[in-house]
Amino acid sequence: MENLTFAQAMTELEEIVRKLEQGEVPLEEAIDLYKKGMEYSKFCNDKLQHAEQQLISIVDENGNKQPFQAGNGEN
Amino acid sequence: MSNSSYLTVKALTKYIKRKFDADPHLREVYVKGELSNVKIHSSGHIYFTLKDDTARIQATMFRAAAAKLAFKPEEGMMVYIRGDVNVYETAGIYQLYVQTMEPDGVGGLFIAFQQLKEALQKEGLFNPSFKQALPPFPKAIGVVTATTGAAIRDICTTLQRRYPQAEICIYPTLVQGAGAAANIANNIQLANKQAQCDILIVGRGGGSIEDLWAFNEEIVARAIFESRIPIISAVGHETDTTIADFVADLRAPTPTAAAELAVPNQHELKERIVANVARLQHMVTAQLRFERNRLQKYQQSYPLATPEKLYRPFIERLAQNDMKLQQSMNVYMLKKRNEAEKVFTKMQFFSPQKALQIEQQKLLQLGGELSRTMQHRLNEDKSKLHASIRTLAALNPLSIMEKGFNVTYHEAQIIKQASQLTVDDAIQIHYQDGIVHAKVTNVELQKGE
Repeated sequence: MENLTFAQAMTELEEIVRKLEQGEVPLEEAIDLYKKGMEYSKFCNDKLQHAEQQLISIVDENGNKQPFQAGNGEN
Repeated sequence: MSNSSYLTVKALTKYIKRKFDADPHLREVYVKGELSNVKIHSSGHIYFTLKDDTARIQATMFRAAAAKLAFKPEEGMMVYIRGDVNVYETAGIYQLYVQTMEPDGVGGLFIAFQQLKEALQKEGLFNPSFKQALPPFPKAIGVVTATTGAAIRDICTTLQRRYPQAEICIYPTLVQGAGAAANIANNIQLANKQAQCDILIVGRGGGSIEDLWAFNEEIVARAIFESRIPIISAVGHETDTTIADFVADLRAPTPTAAAELAVPNQHELKERIVANVARLQHMVTAQLRFERNRLQKYQQSYPLATPEKLYRPFIERLAQNDMKLQQSMNVYMLKKRNEAEKVFTKMQFFSPQKALQIEQQKLLQLGGELSRTMQHRLNEDKSKLHASIRTLAALNPLSIMEKGFNVTYHEAQIIKQASQLTVDDAIQIHYQDGIVHAKVTNVELQKGE
């Protein structure tokens, strides 16, 4: 779960929902899937909540980054 | 000349038209001139005369081509035209059929643009099979544009609003004037080398065609084509189309649109997650309820509620079968007994004892008969014998001899007649008390015999 990307977690979550909605999953597995699905959804939510403030930087020829404030420049 | 040597007008016109068709120069011409007699027809076709100081040519721009015009053709305007020259047979004139038309000022650029576009297209740089897919949830977005101006501001604001989760890496770039094209190409290459971003937005805000020109340069086109990071082009306004737009993996009409295309909307994503969680909970709850109901149904089911009824039918069946067995056994026994009795009767009928009795009786009867017959016969024989004895006694020669008769034998034969004897025959005369041997001396036979 730690090394997962947001895309992977989203795909897993949607796959789990799809599986459950097909309705051919035994109860035990359904409950397991539900637990996993909830974990994935939490993971995705956390990822989304994580960055409320966007990181914006300027990259120079050497790959060095400097913070950039949008609107700094003139209009 | 004979009549048949004269051409019809139609044939002559066709001949002239073939000359136009066959000429490669007339099939695609680039020509500049001044517009005059411009008539925009309600059908959408545009008719005008193109002229300069000394010559003029009739021109037609059909609706399909006219619809792509970025400006309104006006009287006296200097224009650059690409098209072909052909014959309009009905009117008997040759004219210029206009494909594209640009106002003066950018005419040279326009031609260069067209030529580069065609060359790159032929080379395959616009081929849809080379277009790279965009990652659905980019981690970092590279922006190749100027750090000043509306474009960078629009892009940053839009990204901030939609998807602050992604980092923005700005590659400060000269987007117009000398060296702009080389700078754009360099920064695309730099971004690829650093490989920090998973999407590049390459572009600038609106401006004149000269302002946007760097994005029509071949060096930029090739840098975009070579990029392993998917590129969204965002040059000028919706109506501006540059070579960069053709080569890019995705063309955005404006910088803002590019930012929208680059990232998902976080609010939509959150809603999607919420919706998925809701579906997840709904499905599991529904399944649990379903299983519980099913369990209850089975628990309350007839057989589980009254287990003794479960095997009642079996008991009934067993009893029934027992009865049937008994019945069929009885029938069987009865049948066999009947058969046995029949055989016994038959046997009795053919019993030797009875025959024996009959035979015995017959034997007794026969025995009785036999002894009666025997007795009868004996009695009969006895009386016959007595009668015979009486006869015999009566006939006894000895008794006759007593009375004086005798018997003569000659050579052991009784002589009954005198003729049987001759003289000198020795005879024996038997008497009651003995035998006299005599010799015949004479034989006298009675006369008349």
